[in-house]
Amino acid sequence: MIGMLGETGWSWQLDGWIVLVAILCAVASALLGCFLVLRRMSMLGDAISHAVLPGLAVAFFISHSRSSLPMFIGAVIVGILTAFFTEWIHRVGRVDKGASMGVVFTSLFALGLVMIVQAADKVDLDAGCVLYGSIELTPLDTMSLLGFEIPRAVITLGIVTVINLAFVLFFYKELKLSSFDPSLATTLGFNASLMHYLLMILVAVTAVASFESVGSVLVVAMFVVPPAAAYLLTNQLGMMLLLSVLLAVSSAFLGHLGAIHVPSWFGFQSTTTSGMMAVAAGAIFLITMLCSPSQGVLVKLIRRQALSLQIIADDVVAVLFRREETEGEEPKSASVTENELIEIIFCGRWSLRLVLRWLDRRDEIRMHDNRVELTEKGRLRAQNLVRSHRLWERYLQDYAGVDPSRVHPQAEKLEHFTDPRLRQQLNSETDAPQIDPHGRPIPDEPDFDSNID
Amino acid sequence: MATPETETASTSPLSIYDLTVAYHRKPVIWDVEFDIPAGSLVGVVGPNGAGKSTLLKAAMDLIPRASGRVSVFGKTYRQNRHRVGYVPQREGVDWDFPVNALDVVTMGLYGKIGWCSPVRPSHRRAAMEALSRVGIAELAKRQISQLSGGQQQRTFLARALVQDADLYLMDEPFAAVDAATEKAVVEILRDMKDDGKTSVVIHHDLQTVPDYFDYVILLNMRVVAHGPVADVFTPENLNKTYGGRLTLLDEVSNAMRRRDRSL
Amino acid sequence: MIVWPLICRFLLLLKWAGCTIVGCGFALAESGLAAASSGLQAADSGLFNAGQLPVVLKILPLAQSESITDRRISLPSWEQWQRVLLMQDYNTRVVILGTAMLGCAAGVVGCFTLLRKRALMGDALSHATLPGIALAFMTANAMGWQERSLPWLLLGATASGLVGVAAILAIRRLTHLKEDTALGIVLSVFFGCGIAMMGVIQQMQTGHAAGLESFILGKTASMGASDAKLIAAAALIATVVCVLLFKELKLLCFDEGFAGSQGFNVLSLDLVLMATVVLISIVGLQAVGLILMIALLIVPAAAARFWTEKMWEMLLIAAVLGLISGIVGAVASALFPRLPSGAMIVLTCAAFFIISMVFGTGSGVLVRTVRRLRLNRKVVRRHLLRAVFEALESQPNKTTPKGETKPKRTVSFNQILPMRSWSKPQLQRAAELAAREELITQVGEKLRFTRRGRLEAERLTREHRLWELYLITHADIAPSRVDREADRIEHVLEPDVVAELEEMLINTRQLVPESPHLIQANPSSANQNVADAGSGDAGSGDIDREASP
Repeated sequence: MIGMLGETGWSWQLDGWIVLVAILCAVASALLGCFLVLRRMSMLGDAISHAVLPGLAVAFFISHSRSSLPMFIGAVIVGILTAFFTEWIHRVGRVDKGASMGVVFTSLFALGLVMIVQAADKVDLDAGCVLYGSIELTPLDTMSLLGFEIPRAVITLGIVTVINLAFVLFFYKELKLSSFDPSLATTLGFNASLMHYLLMILVAVTAVASFESVGSVLVVAMFVVPPAAAYLLTNQLGMMLLLSVLLAVSSAFLGHLGAIHVPSWFGFQSTTTSGMMAVAAGAIFLITMLCSPSQGVLVKLIRRQALSLQIIADDVVAVLFRREETEGEEPKSASVTENELIEIIFCGRWSLRLVLRWLDRRDEIRMHDNRVELTEKGRLRAQNLVRSHRLWERYLQDYAGVDPSRVHPQAEKLEHFTDPRLRQQLNSETDAPQIDPHGRPIPDEPDFDSNID
Repeated sequence: MATPETETASTSPLSIYDLTVAYHRKPVIWDVEFDIPAGSLVGVVGPNGAGKSTLLKAAMDLIPRASGRVSVFGKTYRQNRHRVGYVPQREGVDWDFPVNALDVVTMGLYGKIGWCSPVRPSHRRAAMEALSRVGIAELAKRQISQLSGGQQQRTFLARALVQDADLYLMDEPFAAVDAATEKAVVEILRDMKDDGKTSVVIHHDLQTVPDYFDYVILLNMRVVAHGPVADVFTPENLNKTYGGRLTLLDEVSNAMRRRDRSL
Repeated sequence: MIVWPLICRFLLLLKWAGCTIVGCGFALAESGLAAASSGLQAADSGLFNAGQLPVVLKILPLAQSESITDRRISLPSWEQWQRVLLMQDYNTRVVILGTAMLGCAAGVVGCFTLLRKRALMGDALSHATLPGIALAFMTANAMGWQERSLPWLLLGATASGLVGVAAILAIRRLTHLKEDTALGIVLSVFFGCGIAMMGVIQQMQTGHAAGLESFILGKTASMGASDAKLIAAAALIATVVCVLLFKELKLLCFDEGFAGSQGFNVLSLDLVLMATVVLISIVGLQAVGLILMIALLIVPAAAARFWTEKMWEMLLIAAVLGLISGIVGAVASALFPRLPSGAMIVLTCAAFFIISMVFGTGSGVLVRTVRRLRLNRKVVRRHLLRAVFEALESQPNKTTPKGETKPKRTVSFNQILPMRSWSKPQLQRAAELAAREELITQVGEKLRFTRRGRLEAERLTREHRLWELYLITHADIAPSRVDREADRIEHVLEPDVVAELEEMLINTRQLVPESPHLIQANPSSANQNVADAGSGDAGSGDIDREASP
């Protein structure tokens, strides 16, 4: 991997710092982002990064300097005010939270714009550079610490990351409780709104510290996207925090790689790193959304398909078994053709072929010249199924009071989900009957251990 | 009624005096007053819109009141908040939240654990005990949205149990739960009563009132009657609370006859 | 105050141009004049490009120290006022009309997104258009077309905006993530993608990326006739869609599930709504810029919500607020060249919002507070009057030295203090309030009704008892009908029901205090919960009652 990096002109001196800055920003944002997502305030990062404008302007008016500390303080104060005003308008004016956020940040932004115009009317804009974020330039702006030349952004973001980490670790319990059930939190003596504003302060600090060095796109994306992806992967809060940090780190890394490589496919040089990091986070989210083990769209789809195939397989062996029953003395000879099966089971030809091949490979059926026969192993599986089916019919009619005309379709559904234990229970609850309501014998429980479910 | 500072008022787990809640829009309750004897199991019943939830919320300062005084063990609610456990209606919760049943129950202990200190195994054990007390210990690790309605209700109840409050206010714990859960919840309520806890439970099913509760408050915008079930839960009072829904009343009187026989 | 002449002028224009705002816009736009370049444009071009925040961090160090101290805003001369207000300048006219139409249409569309609880949808969508614009630019460049061909870029923006909508809806439907998270994901990822593409565009030899940026970030002051035309068309389409689908969209906003059960396709309705948002945002984006467009979509609608509970009125008010903000903002920036027009539009909106939030007649803070206080005061007054009345009712009659019996007229504080949960100062305050209304006179710690007060107390007590009785007799339906805050019980209940209740009260030997000549009352009944009235054992049958009209 590292060798591969070297090939592509990766320089640790430059790219290493860039990725480190991005990772720090991503981790700091993702940690808080989990709680923003859970509190339904995902848009706050975006709002704050737009709204701090008047803070910068006022700081500039007061200090008359370009140094970053007053600006930082001004921006953070306005960031906190944004959260505060949003909450206030939401509560006092009973305006929907999203709308109150929209009102606050656009108004503050406009206010800031007007103030800035008063401060500097001959402005030469370099909009492009700033929009994209200047993360590529961070390694150039260094300061020395303990004799090392370290980029300033690494130090600020490092401090912010440590603070956020400490906050989440120390107040994990309180954050969890106040996000889940604020009124219980208050009852138990934890001030829910105090937690809320602490979180908001840190969000503002993180947003301001990050976009000063890496542009607002990255921080807004990292507040939302990795936590959302993590939320799809787990249902444990601790795990969610951990995963979102991991995903944030990997999207920072992949984003930078992508920024270097992807444009070269089209004959261009590298592109904006922070933009690509957001894209990488988005790609990771998309993959998660499709493939998450519990929530994934694809996974759900495949699972549903697999289930329907399994049901077809069950039906195939059951059809054969029933035919062996009815075709008298030499039962072992019953067989059906593919076309017959399609008519009986109502399934597609392709799914049937797939199922038949699968059953054949599992040695449950034999196929010769287009006709299908049960093997001994397949017969056992079928016996189980038919037994379940008939026990269910018995149970439904005699014990659940289901109308006799409707017991068959219901049993048809239930038989596929009946394991040996449940069958045992059914058997004992129905007093081990020998025939089903339609007068057919209920096969015995096959006594073998290699049960096929 | 004319003596608010009586002894019962100061020691009663929940004493409400002259409570009026006025909204520009409904619902409204007025002139509500009652004291609840300590260690009792109290049912609050009344028709839809009678202000039952409003009553509980006003008692906990969750909504403003136009007049009246609420005292919890002789002090204001704010002073004695730690002695009150509230079991909300199930609708108000984000069930997708990434916590499992055990986490939710453990939350009841956070107040005891205090700021910044972590949850210890002993706390988890206590939460686990509460879960097994409500009969769903095996579901401890399930995410809460994967629990059935009854199991969710039991989880809430377990959380209230570990909270170890002295007074519990429960908003319809029996709404939309299965029969087994209802039975289990009642068992637990009785256990709690035996431990000297007081529970105030909003309840809908009149038939079961005589079986479940020993004290009842009939509410229809104002208190129609309150007192021990045997004295208060009479057809006349029910008539005053619910109006002439005779079939219902017949059912109730049947239920009461059944209970009389069983006594 | 500069608004009114403007509105008049505007209305005249409307009349002249046809009937709709849009028609007017077209009429102007079609008058054939070439695209703009005026003093206005010079005044705030550039500044306007600050559509994104981080820009500022770069601006500040660049600011020259002289300009920091120079914060004068020169007042415009009378001629300038005249020129702007009468819209003599062609360019001023275009800009004002353009922003007005935009504000109007955005207000209407914004109402629906606000009620659908998707106010920030506009935010997400306007960010999501960036990759489309960049892609369109790149393809145009690759094909050797003229890079800045407006329709092509707008097509790209629309396409990627719609993809953004689809992504938001897909995330909502396929996962358990909430609305805000879906918005945040789409916003940041699409915008990041767009920025990455812009990074590539910058390297193109032939690309005029700077021009493209100004296109994205808006250029209100240099809005030309073709822009105004475009805005007019988009505003017309959006407004017509909203009006035609008013009923369906209303249902969608109010109750999605019910709309679905009524056979409306919720998904396609949602898509239609979002498509109008995309449309409006895109034309607005290049006219007023990203943030300001978002503001126009949210703020007028949110402000309108405070004035009314009716959907139609809300749409109208939002449209008017958006329109006025557009005009005021544009005029302000025309008069004071140092004020950027987009920001002025948003600040006007914000001012309207604050005013609406405080003074809104529907659910404004002031109205709600006053309502709440008035209600509380009403309750206290009712309690006081009834307490005094019932205390008088229960008092034994005073026997004068001559042996006559006379009803006692005064009540002391100590008598009524225990009847309710009020403290002495509270009671004192309630008495003072009642005294101010001339219902009660207070001498020391004794209270006494005035004639008016007595009548009022009787009325209140009567209503109270009737309501109580109504609750008992009609317990099943009562909770939905009882309205203690109604002026008179007769306003809520039918006369025959009231009559029946009164009858019942008399029969159960409870008094209906109707007349000022009540002589005797059941001493036990007054202080007891009147709910006992229905049980039939309240009195012992020896109550005299002088019935009089």
